[in-house]
Amino acid sequence: MDAILAQLLNGLDKGGAYALIALGLTLVFGTLGVVNFAHGALFMLGAFCAVTFRYLITLETITIDETQVTAWGTPLEIRTPLAQSWFGDWGAVLIDWSVPLSILFAIPVMLIIGIAMERGLIKHFYKRPHAEQILVTFGLAIVLQEIVKAIYGPNPISQAMPSALRGAADVGVWIGLAQGAVTYPLWRLVYFLFSIGVIGAVFAFLRFTTFGMVVRAGMADRETVGLLGINIDRRFTIMFGLAAVVAGMAGVMYTPLLPPNYHQGMDFLVLSFVVVVVGGMGSLPGAVAAGFLLGILQSFASMTQIKSIFPGIDQIIIYLTAVVILLVLPRGLFGRRGVMEG
Amino acid sequence: MALFQLSRRDALIFALFALVVITMPVWTAPFGANYSGLMQKFAIYAIFAIGFNVLFGLTGYLSFGHAAFLGVGSYTAVWSFKLLTMDVIPAIVFAIIVSGLFALAIGYLSLRRSGIYFSILTLAFAQMSYNLAYSVLTPITNGETSLQLTLKDPRIIDLAFGERGAGLPTASLFGNTLIGLEGFYFCAVVLILAFFLAQKIFASPFGMMLRAIKSNQTRMSYTGFNTRPYALTAFVISGMYAGLAGALLAVTDPLAGAERMQWTASGEVVLMTILGGVGTLIGPVIGAWLIKYFENIFSSFNEGILSRFFGFVAEPAHDTVVAIASKFVGEGWQLTLGLLFVLVVVFLPGGIMEGVRRIAALFRRPGTPATPGAMRTQPAE
Repeated sequence: MDAILAQLLNGLDKGGAYALIALGLTLVFGTLGVVNFAHGALFMLGAFCAVTFRYLITLETITIDETQVTAWGTPLEIRTPLAQSWFGDWGAVLIDWSVPLSILFAIPVMLIIGIAMERGLIKHFYKRPHAEQILVTFGLAIVLQEIVKAIYGPNPISQAMPSALRGAADVGVWIGLAQGAVTYPLWRLVYFLFSIGVIGAVFAFLRFTTFGMVVRAGMADRETVGLLGINIDRRFTIMFGLAAVVAGMAGVMYTPLLPPNYHQGMDFLVLSFVVVVVGGMGSLPGAVAAGFLLGILQSFASMTQIKSIFPGIDQIIIYLTAVVILLVLPRGLFGRRGVMEG
Repeated sequence: MALFQLSRRDALIFALFALVVITMPVWTAPFGANYSGLMQKFAIYAIFAIGFNVLFGLTGYLSFGHAAFLGVGSYTAVWSFKLLTMDVIPAIVFAIIVSGLFALAIGYLSLRRSGIYFSILTLAFAQMSYNLAYSVLTPITNGETSLQLTLKDPRIIDLAFGERGAGLPTASLFGNTLIGLEGFYFCAVVLILAFFLAQKIFASPFGMMLRAIKSNQTRMSYTGFNTRPYALTAFVISGMYAGLAGALLAVTDPLAGAERMQWTASGEVVLMTILGGVGTLIGPVIGAWLIKYFENIFSSFNEGILSRFFGFVAEPAHDTVVAIASKFVGEGWQLTLGLLFVLVVVFLPGGIMEGVRRIAALFRRPGTPATPGAMRTQPAE
């Protein structure tokens, strides 16, 4: 029982990342009808927003103190981060909490990147065949990841999580189990709650705002909404920017769990596409449900008891699930008829 | 014999193609690409792309898992070297058979869906093969260290006729070793045969059926054809081509690693086909050559070469130009590849072959009908 609960929890943070990326993919597909292979690159760019933000706030000034001498006989260099010299002790807190704070930095950056991408390239591909959309966004993903590699180098850059969130939460106690029975790293819990919050916000935005209503109407029948005198293209552009922001935030918060490297976007993209297809192309609840489902299944498959029965199952479980679901339920879990067929 | 006949136009193309392939060491010399390792790759990946095009170009089914068949072909060929003989004929035959069976199983399941669902299914099967090859199947695939020849291999047929040599043996054809240029010519002959077979498929009634699947599958099934066996046959044929390419990779270098099956490798063959021109015979070959050329030549450039190349630029700008250009070569060659890719898809969706057709249409006298491909309308932007 404890072991099952622990595995369930372990799957949640990865499931949250899958769900967030798949949500963005589905938003773009549902609004613009574009299969965006560069979406993983947006996740990666978000992670590098965190790296950049940390770099900016840890820029240092070096003052040379002539009166003191180091062990090597050179004058002592005192390095003070700019943030610390400006904000005093608050600066240290700022640096400690740089990962969550870089969300504030990532939101405008990702919004601009997303809108520029849509206006600059993707808008020319609405009427082209899906194969060409896949190819052009695939090329774009390569370009983005190579640019990041040229700037930040090929090695992963690890990001520290805030020291307050470094420990583990004794989750078992909360539900009445013995102390220490089920523990769970705090940051993973934060990531899970964060992903739930973002998903809830996106759904509420689509459900309860006028903007969201228009976008949903546009997803159902773009032409009619256009004929009603609404500039639907502009709203869809903003939705693309929003999808980029969601992917970027998912990337920012994932940095303490996985040090950002330039090719992580592609690694997550392949899995997220499987997630989208399992959930049903074009279905937002499907994307979220399938994201968590596959994350949890993956964590169960990596249990030693299960691995001893089916060796190697942890390597293939996601793909195996996708194959089974696609063969049994042709349109995925929540898919509608006639989407992306033929 | 009717089996070996081609229409006059196809025969001309075939003769030209054979000439171009055989004279490759001559015409690649000015580009600095005339060393056998690279030319072998040119021939092998051309076979891979031709086979992929039989599926994607004719039926329109976009497979994202073709590298799995390449990997299976490589593994089979290396096992044939290890267990039976260093002769390449059994290795190639076994590789084609095994990858064909593998393609039959995967194709049978994947072809139950179409569109992007088919792409994801093939991707899922390929990723499963890749992950398994790295983990559980290590006794067969040797995992991360790659499957390679050892001094203790049984090689029962070879050793029945001769003594074990001192070093590691090399692949051979009826006793002639295939190293360097001989290896290239062997691959070139196989490429020409593979091209001939593709021409026959394109011109046959079977090829016509496949085109019908691409243009309107529903109508075809209403006329009374069951489309799935045709698509499955195309899938198996293209899987066998990939297995053949994998076997040739093992012939030129008897080593098979799981990374050959990764999805990036599957993406690469899609790129080759698109870059050259989907559905054309020559296009995929040109695409494969260009991408392999970029990969090998551009990635070997360094700042020293660039500095000499931009020697004509005056001093203050010189360093900047070199610094910018160096981002596009060497380690960054993929950036060039990505940009090229985006530009081709945006401006020339039919690939290089469409560019050739457009240029040819400029020189054609007005009044003569253009080839159908040139008439393709571009959507308004």
